[in-house]
Amino acid sequence: MTETMTMAKALNEGLRAALGADSKVLLMGEDIGPLGGVFRVTEGLQAEFGDKRVLDTPLAESGIVGTAIGLAMSGYRPVCEIQFDGFIFPGFDQITSQLAKLTARHEGSLSMPVVIRVPYGGHIGAVEHHQESPEAYFAHTPGLRLLSPATPHDAYWMIQEAITSNDPVLFFEPKSRYWQKGEVDRESSGIATHASRVVREGTEVTLVGHGAMVSMLLQAAELAAEEGTSIEVVDLRSLSPIDYEPLVASAQKTGRVIVAQEAPGNVSIGSEVAATVSERAFYSLEAPVLRVSGYDTPFPPAKLESVYLPSVDRILDAVDRALAY
Amino acid sequence: MPYTAATVQLLSPEGTLVHSDASEQYLPYVDKLSDDVLQEFHRHMVVMRRFDIEAANLQRQGQLALWIPSHGQEAAQVGSALAAKPHDHIFPAYREHVIARIRGVDPVTILAMLRGISHGGWDPKEHNNFHLYTLVIGSQTLHATGFAMGLGLDGLVGTGDPGKDTAVMVYFGDGSTSQGDVSEAMVFAASYQTPQVFFLQNNHWAISVPVSRQSRTPLYLRGEGFGIPSVQIDGNDVLASFAVSTANLDAARAGEGPRFIEALTYRMGAHTTSDDPSKYRAESELEFWAQRDPIARFETFLRGRGASQAFFDEIASEGDDLAADIRKRILELEVPESSTLFDHVYSDPHPTMDAQRKALADFEASFEEGQ
Repeated sequence: MTETMTMAKALNEGLRAALGADSKVLLMGEDIGPLGGVFRVTEGLQAEFGDKRVLDTPLAESGIVGTAIGLAMSGYRPVCEIQFDGFIFPGFDQITSQLAKLTARHEGSLSMPVVIRVPYGGHIGAVEHHQESPEAYFAHTPGLRLLSPATPHDAYWMIQEAITSNDPVLFFEPKSRYWQKGEVDRESSGIATHASRVVREGTEVTLVGHGAMVSMLLQAAELAAEEGTSIEVVDLRSLSPIDYEPLVASAQKTGRVIVAQEAPGNVSIGSEVAATVSERAFYSLEAPVLRVSGYDTPFPPAKLESVYLPSVDRILDAVDRALAY
Repeated sequence: MPYTAATVQLLSPEGTLVHSDASEQYLPYVDKLSDDVLQEFHRHMVVMRRFDIEAANLQRQGQLALWIPSHGQEAAQVGSALAAKPHDHIFPAYREHVIARIRGVDPVTILAMLRGISHGGWDPKEHNNFHLYTLVIGSQTLHATGFAMGLGLDGLVGTGDPGKDTAVMVYFGDGSTSQGDVSEAMVFAASYQTPQVFFLQNNHWAISVPVSRQSRTPLYLRGEGFGIPSVQIDGNDVLASFAVSTANLDAARAGEGPRFIEALTYRMGAHTTSDDPSKYRAESELEFWAQRDPIARFETFLRGRGASQAFFDEIASEGDDLAADIRKRILELEVPESSTLFDHVYSDPHPTMDAQRKALADFEASFEEGQ
């Protein structure tokens, strides 16, 4: 049996389930208590679990991550909320130099079960620093895992799986999808945490992406089908590690792969996907792997975001270019 | 002259007990100490200074990539370390070799980091809750604060049960006080009223930059600004370090919130063996602090209480034995197997680690096959 709910609600339900399942799980962040977070993802959780389980913290991202590390050392499983993507950088040092490396530095005697939730990406018309896609910085860092759900069902399950992971997880929530509804099956996730998934089958071109991009890829596939082009869509779900098997199999079937992302393309998740698909499906490819990305500029003022961000038209343009080889 | 009337000093540089307004409340902690305990203080200071000299020699002889001397800071470290209870948690910076040894970390384990064998690697749970060194300046203050928040959530504070109530002691230096993390740690500690003591060793130099570049105010006043009761001590006075740390750790364990101690001490050597202090500081300053040496004054004090020459001979010999022992064992350390690169990057199974471990093994095996 499934229930229809928004991604924000699915995350809220996932966090509620995690808090209920393990008394060592703590939520911490700015405005996550009575307000329920600026996106209301933690709404009602402090009232239900108390202010010793759901902590409104001082306004300091390095402080949030650094104290979460100490709490993890003392046996807790902290789940930190970073309010917006562009505000993660004051905590960057604690994430990359400390959180990511402490298990190795302890030669395995210490696990770091810390989750860092990051609402990310554009399409919401917000001011500077509120629409960015910083995932590549963290995918580049050994010791971290990165997840990004594209649907309410995955959001519900993946946040719980992130919390039970014994490794630090950067959990990127596509904020433009927070209010989109979908079916959530509370009985089973139906898929492994770090597995990628074919979400639409096709034969001529493979589109691959993560987070909010997945719904756009599905729209593009729908339009292309009307023009007679059969497109397969792969949702990465996990950005580190990336499960390449379904993607390579798809590339071997279609011979044409396009990777799309909101982040700037230079040294990005898309770069890595393109390189790996080229290495592993080289003899199957009919065209170079193409990337559709944000431009290599700062995220623009909101009135220009539709120019900056990949659109259905830019994706279909890339499909045409791939098919022209 | 860094000391003021507010600086707590229990033992003068001449080796005599100091009775002053600042010292009076702390002298009872010293009165309780037996001659045996006082001699233990001295033993730790003397033995570890000898260790420090030997480690620097090993570096000069090419056996260590770097050494981080603690010469001059023995009193601040020994007094505070012996004030902590075995179940308290200690978060060091990277110069707390004396404290590491007191808490049960083999000095060779410290040297292994500087020989390029490990990044630390000891398990704090098996070393009397002495956590790993942190080289990024000030980062550990937040870890300590988070750990102390956890103690509060666990109900291990203010119960009145001395076996349960636990505190955290975190060490940091004058340079680190300019880092944002140290300020954030004090914000969080004050906000959540954590059971912890911030122990600042102000050794007056952050590599080549004097403390005057870090702060226009005495650093213990920073703590006050965050709402944390703070005190400045003569950090070359092992009795002050012990007594003031004991009092403040007791307060933290009792649930009275965080405390801040600034220990005025001096780094007699270089920051590390990579720098040359003669380029940035005056000989007269070194002379000033040499006259306030922590070990010399405590030896005078102990002799005044009747400590025998045999005791001083014995600890000198213990230092020499330790030096010989570490020299022998450091040379015996083996470089870890190459596959250990991948062993503990993650706690849970990870496909990339498995694939790269295999790729490296295959690559190395390809040379063996070619022979």
